[in-house]
Amino acid sequence: MSVESVFPRLEPLLPRISKPVQYVGGELNATVKDWDAASVRWALMYPDAYEVGLPNQGVMILYEILNELPDVLAERTYAVWPDLEKLMREHGVPQFTVDAHRPVKAFDLMGISFATELGYTNMLTALDLAGIPIHAADRTEDDPIVVAGGHAAFNPEPIADFVDAAVLGDGEEAVLEITEIVKTWKAEGRPGGRDEVLTRLAETGGVYIPRFYDVEYLPDGRIQRVVPNRDRVPYRVFKRTTMDLDAWPYPKQPLVPLAESVHERMSVEIFRGCTRGCRFCQAGMITRPVRERSIEGIGAMVQRGLEATGFEEVGLLSLSSADHSEIAEITKGLADRYEGTNTGLSLPSTRVDAFNVDLANELSRNGRRSGLTFAPEGGSERMRRVINKMVSEEDLIRTVSAAFANGWRQVKLYFMCGLPTEEDEDVLQIAEMAKNVIRAGRQASGRNDIRCTISIGGFVPKPHTPFQWAAQCDPDTVDDRLKKLRDAVNSDRSLGRNIGMRYHDGKPSLIEGLLSRGDRRIGKVIEAVWRDGGRFDGWTEHFSYDRWTTKAAEALEPLGVDLAWFTTREREELEVLPWDHLDSGLDKEWLWADWQDALDEREQDDCRWTPCFDCGVCPAMGTDIEVGPTGRKLLPISPVGVGSPVKNPALTSG
Amino acid sequence: MAYSQGFSPHPKVSWVGAAPTGVASEAEYVEVSVVERVDPEALKLALDQALPPGIDVVDIVQAHGGNLTERIDASEWRIELDGVEPAELAEAVSVFLSQERVEVERLTKDGKRIIDVRPAVVSALVEPRSSDAGHDEAGLSQPCGILMTVVRQVTPTVRPDDVLNALRVVAGLVPPVPARATRMAQGRLDDEGRLVDPLQQDRES
Repeated sequence: MSVESVFPRLEPLLPRISKPVQYVGGELNATVKDWDAASVRWALMYPDAYEVGLPNQGVMILYEILNELPDVLAERTYAVWPDLEKLMREHGVPQFTVDAHRPVKAFDLMGISFATELGYTNMLTALDLAGIPIHAADRTEDDPIVVAGGHAAFNPEPIADFVDAAVLGDGEEAVLEITEIVKTWKAEGRPGGRDEVLTRLAETGGVYIPRFYDVEYLPDGRIQRVVPNRDRVPYRVFKRTTMDLDAWPYPKQPLVPLAESVHERMSVEIFRGCTRGCRFCQAGMITRPVRERSIEGIGAMVQRGLEATGFEEVGLLSLSSADHSEIAEITKGLADRYEGTNTGLSLPSTRVDAFNVDLANELSRNGRRSGLTFAPEGGSERMRRVINKMVSEEDLIRTVSAAFANGWRQVKLYFMCGLPTEEDEDVLQIAEMAKNVIRAGRQASGRNDIRCTISIGGFVPKPHTPFQWAAQCDPDTVDDRLKKLRDAVNSDRSLGRNIGMRYHDGKPSLIEGLLSRGDRRIGKVIEAVWRDGGRFDGWTEHFSYDRWTTKAAEALEPLGVDLAWFTTREREELEVLPWDHLDSGLDKEWLWADWQDALDEREQDDCRWTPCFDCGVCPAMGTDIEVGPTGRKLLPISPVGVGSPVKNPALTSG
Repeated sequence: MAYSQGFSPHPKVSWVGAAPTGVASEAEYVEVSVVERVDPEALKLALDQALPPGIDVVDIVQAHGGNLTERIDASEWRIELDGVEPAELAEAVSVFLSQERVEVERLTKDGKRIIDVRPAVVSALVEPRSSDAGHDEAGLSQPCGILMTVVRQVTPTVRPDDVLNALRVVAGLVPPVPARATRMAQGRLDDEGRLVDPLQQDRES
């Protein structure tokens, strides 16, 4: 049975809404395939606005991998803004994909990538607009299987009522495996219905099906245990790890948006995973071990990507890009290759050392040197020991001095507020650091017009990190510390006028904390907030703290728990955490020991350069760190020219 | 492709009087500078492959001096108004044309702005019969008024919806469903108010 495009019904609505171009699709490298020729069809969603969702690497990678299969089809869908949502409801237009404007409900699978928990309400809007029951239990064989992925899927319990499945970790191989299982089940005539296909997915051990597990609670509200409620379902679900990045050079043909997006550049992931061991960093903990892409693999991806897209900037992405074992050779090689071609290269690394400045200098050989970003994260030396971010203030001053001496005019420093054991003095030290940066910068550059911007985010304790047991700092304390910090920055006008300060109030962080470490009981809160109009919680203009606190009180108090219980309460060692049955490879005993080390202000080295410290990932997952150096170099590939980043071979004469 | 000089070089591509959001167009013009001579047909093919479906390169010529902006000062629009009788539309148009000034309000980023639409409209003709006539059986066919109008490119720009608002102001004409506008041509106005193909002189040289 073929499905019809909803575009004829959508088009008349487009003149009445903001930024209609985000809903029309047709991007360079977008793929539209024959519906009837596909045996398995995926709708991939990034649950935020198009401008945020389109550049997402995870969705782009899976989109391409799936579409490369001859009998599989994948299309993308994004959250629609409230103005279009209202019109779609009035005119009966369902949630659609931007590729061929097909109704999402017609697909076999709907994959949703959660980079953050703040997309949960948008998922409910999309399901509801699609005509898919928002509760997984109400879905039939005719509804798509809703699969959550992304970092937030490492604790999918708050959305357990709404998703059919969750996949932890890297998606490249997981989507292929899921596709194969669904294909076989369909070809067999869907034996056993939805229940059977979900059971087959669960049997792999790598796909979590929340409905197949029961959660039992203790009288005081804590979890007693989480157990499978049927045969063929494993006690623990493990994360997926793609080991050889060179075997997965995706995206090969990055999408080029027609509308403005948050990243107007192409990205190449130069390694995955991070073992720096920053204790607040969920990404660093759940993506272990480190797996590098080779220098040649990176060079080929940059070249092929530029040819396929016409982008003028390439970001070399990872969690700490300056840590690639051959980063100096990579930056030099790429800078040589693209010198004089109007191709910008950027390294969004935040490592605080002079080496980082060398790399930035190399990448900006002919371009402008506007700003460099560093992330000390903690204001005081003590705080940085607690979070295991081993940077001394001396290092920082030396680093920024080198930057200013090399012609950079601005440095941005990232910090967090509300960290475990934090006191007012730790935060006030941020002001001292910024002032010292200005002093050192004036001396090194001989100019007065340099700037230092301090950017401060509220700390949110995350699952699968040593801080998963920590009490989250309440918003009033965070806001009070930020106010004191602002006063301290402004206390000396001669320095303070060169210091900018960016921060958000602590309230959204508390709600993010509720959604991050919540259990299945939080599903009722999410649903109530959504029914009351909650949308786009990552956007200040849409986020309503009052709505969240009101709905949390209504939904949780009858159960004997509340917002504070989930957020500002410190957990004890033996408490069963909602995500304990989901295996990120990290040994819980090691995490606890690292938490104790944090409280004792003891640091932990990086296993890339020091012996293994038994975090548990490699033995549990059968993996190992994959790093160079390979000793190879990037060869020049085209003569130095003028004009576009790459030459279109179709236009080259002779 | 050529890039501008300076602190932040950008590609030299310029659209001349790009159509506003929400209208269709059969005639958009763009100037692209390249750093070395290329075969125009090969460039046309390459551009077509990169452009979204529905946006096609119709014609390409190598420029021989002058710039495109100087060769375009008006557009011809075809505006279809479903549910509007051609006679009613013709009446509204003739009232509009008899005026010297017709001011409409437009919401811009900086608030409301008053625009005089009348001087920008060079000509406005209503097609005598409904476009649907002959497609549907008698009685099923919806009336559809079709307005062909040539509008000067002035500042601030007068867009098709401004022309429709002007018809509402002078004659109370309100289409029951949103109108569909298509830009049919652009060019320089000759003495008789017709549009001259902007690429003609390059094609001839």
